Amino acid sequence: MKDRYDVLVVGGGPGGAVAAETAAARGLSVCLVEKRPAIGTPVRCAEGIGREALREFIDPDPAWIAAEIKEASVVAPDGTELVLNAKLAGNKVGCVLERKIFDRELVRRAADAGADIAVKTTATGPVMADGAVRGAHLTGAVPQVGADVVIVADGVESRFARMCGIDTTVPASGMMTCAQYLMTGIDIAPERTVFTVGNTIAPQGYLWIFPKGERTANVGIGISGQKSGPGHRAKDYLDRYVRSHFPDGRSIEFIAGGVPVCRPPPSTTADGLMLVGDAARVVDPFTGGGIYNAMFTGRLAAEVASDCIAHGDLSGKALAAYDKKWRESEMGRSLARNYKLREYFIRQTDDRFNRLIHSAAKIDLDEFSVPELIREFVVRNPALLADLTAFRAALS
Amino acid sequence: MIRIDRTTCCYCGTCVAVCPQAALELVDACLEEQEGCSACGTCAKCCPVGALEVCHEGQV
Ligand SMILES: Cc1cc2nc3c(=O)[nH]c(=O)nc-3n(C[C@H](O)[C@H](O)[C@H](O)COP(=O)(O)OP(=O)(O)OC[C@H]3O[C@@H](n4cnc5c(N)ncnc54)[C@H](O)[C@@H]3O)c2cc1C
Ligand code: SF4
Ligand code: SF4
Repeated sequence: MKDRYDVLVVGGGPGGAVAAETAAARGLSVCLVEKRPAIGTPVRCAEGIGREALREFIDPDPAWIAAEIKEASVVAPDGTELVLNAKLAGNKVGCVLERKIFDRELVRRAADAGADIAVKTTATGPVMADGAVRGAHLTGAVPQVGADVVIVADGVESRFARMCGIDTTVPASGMMTCAQYLMTGIDIAPERTVFTVGNTIAPQGYLWIFPKGERTANVGIGISGQKSGPGHRAKDYLDRYVRSHFPDGRSIEFIAGGVPVCRPPPSTTADGLMLVGDAARVVDPFTGGGIYNAMFTGRLAAEVASDCIAHGDLSGKALAAYDKKWRESEMGRSLARNYKLREYFIRQTDDRFNRLIHSAAKIDLDEFSVPELIREFVVRNPALLADLTAFRAALS
Repeated sequence: MIRIDRTTCCYCGTCVAVCPQAALELVDACLEEQEGCSACGTCAKCCPVGALEVCHEGQV
């Protein structure tokens, strides 16, 4: 490890790993620091991702694919299940990953591309010069590393960005507080992801079952931080569900976690600094999915950083091309749309959820996507959704 | 000040992200309280497992 690099990446999750790989592949000197001793553990994820989304970055490898998903279902508070078959993509719509292996593979690829990797190394604060970020103070063998650009991918905690003056604090209402068991010996449809909604089941969130084998699945729940408190936390709701639905199942792993579903800060760049992934608060606020968005922003940030380094301009203004590009991308537009979707979703009563899901129970979707599904809901429930004019416009 | 129940904490970082004072830090698998806690209670409310409790002055 040297004391100077073109690019320093803080955090070894999918966002940081893809950023480091991209920058190194473009010939830049890159160092990635990860504070934990082992990449990817403990996992803080339900591990679901769209197949095509994944393919944009890496070819699926059985070494880290736990299950192939062919359909999804939404379960109403009254138990009605709406199964969504996708004809799209040869019926292979998604995968459930083994993230312990997947995350490490992404970091290995960054190393193969030429990046230095330092685990058990925490970035404790920025090195500043003339108001610009020019590196970081580290724990470990090298106490300080200088860099032209620091790409911050420190995940939900996002402390480094805050130390650089970008406020990424998540309000309680914008935090999905989550708990999950990896359960085995349970009766599930091994190729179907199941999402259960309802205010008594998962207030302002949902409960998920993501298969990882014939009788094994991630069974987890996310609720709004606003709805969390003593006796009614994510874990309390999860335990209640598991007791009634999988009384004979065995839990072989337990995790807790937080998914930031608030809006991103007004700018995700500053002089010498770029934020990517959860640190930039770019998780999809409707689905809670952030793996793809982390990889997407990680790659884009590294591309813009390498262009800026080539032109010798590392000002916040030059790096802001990254901010503009992700907001204008399909990912950025889908985020903007899904904030509205989430606001709508969290206002629904159980009765409304039931009516919505009953009305849609017979749809055979050609396309497996949130806007397509919502369009169908809107078409079938004009009266129910009459208050959604602005929302409809956003989808058209 | 907050009280951290280390036998319950799963070091997930949720509390770190919601703390308006940036007073919490995960040092590897150990949650630590830095200076500046305003006892607002947001962390304790959002913790998925209930490992945090706000203590007001005089309490230990
Ligand atoms: C319960 C739960 C379920 C989820 N389910 C899904 C799902 O099914 N599908 C999906 O797409 N997304 C899901 N997500 C979201 C997904 O896990 C994240 O969006 C994704 O991991 C973000 O990647 P990242 O690289 O931005 O951050 P992370 O993967 O969180 O990586 C950040 C890394 O930075 C390190 N770090 C932090 N601070 C420092 C520092 N100062 N110095 C050095 N290193 C540091 C951390 O140790 C960590 O390894 C879920 C999240 C949770 C909590
Ligand atoms: S939110 Fe709770 S479980 Fe997670 S790190 Fe904080 S105290 Fe520990
Ligand atoms: S009580 Fe408030 S200020 Fe204190 S640590 Fe918790 S969130 Fe931060």
